[in-house]
Amino acid sequence: MKQKAVSQDRVKERKGAPYHGVYFLGLVVFVYSLLFLFQPEKIKLSLKISTDVLLQILPSLLLIILLMGIMNYFVNPETVSKYVGKGSGIKGWLLAIFTGILSHGPVYVWYPLLKDLRNQGMKSGLIAAFLYSRAIKIPLLPLMFYNFGIPFVVILICYIVVASIVQGWVIQMAEKQVLLQT
Amino acid sequence: MRKRKQKDGKKGIASAFRKASKSFATSLPIMLSVILVVGLFRTFVSNRMLSAVFSGEVLRDTVIGALIGSISAGNPVNSYIIGGELVKENVSLIAITSFLVAWVTVGIVQFPAEATILGRRFACVRNILGYILAILVSIATVNTLGMIQ
Repeated sequence: MKQKAVSQDRVKERKGAPYHGVYFLGLVVFVYSLLFLFQPEKIKLSLKISTDVLLQILPSLLLIILLMGIMNYFVNPETVSKYVGKGSGIKGWLLAIFTGILSHGPVYVWYPLLKDLRNQGMKSGLIAAFLYSRAIKIPLLPLMFYNFGIPFVVILICYIVVASIVQGWVIQMAEKQVLLQT
Repeated sequence: MRKRKQKDGKKGIASAFRKASKSFATSLPIMLSVILVVGLFRTFVSNRMLSAVFSGEVLRDTVIGALIGSISAGNPVNSYIIGGELVKENVSLIAITSFLVAWVTVGIVQFPAEATILGRRFACVRNILGYILAILVSIATVNTLGMIQ
């Protein structure tokens, strides 16, 4: 009964989700139009920056669609469950953290893939760990070393890994708690 | 028999990619919104404006650093550049670290996308926790560094 209520909530959330996106896009377009009346030059610059961002992330977007397609074809809920699901154990945490560190592009391009994986059984805690460990940017390490020194960066990386586990664990616990309360 | 299998396989791949494109397309409006907000943010909020918020008081700067990092959007390279400038201006390293960590772990600009795609409850808990952890990680990092050096 409880599980049914939760799944009905999720269905509602999934059905409503695309419209939220459209409403929010409408709101942003409205803000742009309004600001254009007062500061047209700045809005033109904002649009140019947004277009540049979109062009920059285009390869990442295509990569994500490709990954999602491959995942839909080869990966089934049993595989997801084995590697990043309930029975994944330490292997799941390591996989989430390492793939988080290796992932590139803006965080929001990864949301649809993570949503698909969660629908197939990936634990929310591991999604949180993946998102947190993205704070470690390997290509940017030289710049960090230059600005803050190697010891600082090494210590920071260690704490980020610990924090990603803490965040994942707390979210996992919170999810269990919510399931018990609903 | 083999031809039929190949045909089924091709159909399977096509359907897998169709499903992926559909799933991705539903997230597209919210992603476009985030990209447009990033454009607005970068135009109206300069690096100098972000740096000017730090006052020199460690606790206040740490909390504000994490807050500014949370609402900032864009490539983390910018946060490292601002962080580097703040080091030169003798702003507390704890405050700078909380700013750097929150920039990449908390996303107020991306929040609508995260909430729409991954769920409002998940996004709320993750971002609030990310903010608290940014402060804790910064304190732990700087104290550990102090002990080593």
